[in-house]
Amino acid sequence: MTVFLFYLCSVIAVLSAAGVILHPQPTRALLSLIVTMFALAVLYLLLGAPFLAMVNLIVYAGAVLVLFLFVIMLLGVGAKDAPLKERFPLIHILFSLVIGGAFIAALAFLLRGGKQTLTAFEGTVELIGRRLFTQYLLPFELIALLLLVGIFAAISLAKKDEGDL
Amino acid sequence: MIPVSHYLILAGILFGMGLLGIMLRRNLLLILLSVELMLNAANLTLIAGSALHGNVDGQIMAFFVMVIAAAEVTIGLAIAVLLFRKESSVDTSVIENLKG
Repeated sequence: MTVFLFYLCSVIAVLSAAGVILHPQPTRALLSLIVTMFALAVLYLLLGAPFLAMVNLIVYAGAVLVLFLFVIMLLGVGAKDAPLKERFPLIHILFSLVIGGAFIAALAFLLRGGKQTLTAFEGTVELIGRRLFTQYLLPFELIALLLLVGIFAAISLAKKDEGDL
Repeated sequence: MIPVSHYLILAGILFGMGLLGIMLRRNLLLILLSVELMLNAANLTLIAGSALHGNVDGQIMAFFVMVIAAAEVTIGLAIAVLLFRKESSVDTSVIENLKG
């Protein structure tokens, strides 16, 4: 059952990742990425990370990518991607496919040896919460500060020059 | 059970496809989307490493990566909106002010 779920979700993840990088319309490409997030969430559950699977779906797929979708739809017609043939000369496309394929092949070749099976381990909410507030307190506070600075930067970048804000 | 190398190879394939997306896409928003795909592949690697070693440290690292990705998407989209306001297009071929 675990084996069947792993192969099913990895096939879904790879096919929707292909949709992300190849689909001409940006909204469809983003919806393909959301499908990839769902497949990855199931894989996180198989790896014993229930909290992270749900955080992935709620925060990443449900907030960050929806924000992305808002911006794509606000840009409207300007957000379309040019067809592949007129984007780059053919030699660039072939060369990048060769580089990408060589990269994936090299990674698969390097990683083929490890036959260790995974230990049974559950990253429950209690365990992660305890660690975040005791052992990893400083990085936790720092990324809270990072989010605050991100909000300041986004507002100050994107506001219109009316001097009110 | 699935050996951990299968998870790492899947993460490598997703990372490579994100890399291909960055190389093949010309729209700035879709390049950012491919960066998100690469970040997710890295998250999968971190969580597989956490399951391999029996620690929760990899999962906490993946949590931090998700938060950083959210902050980066915010600022990246602000930049894309600024580009659209200036040039009425988010195609990266219109960014040529620094072209030598």
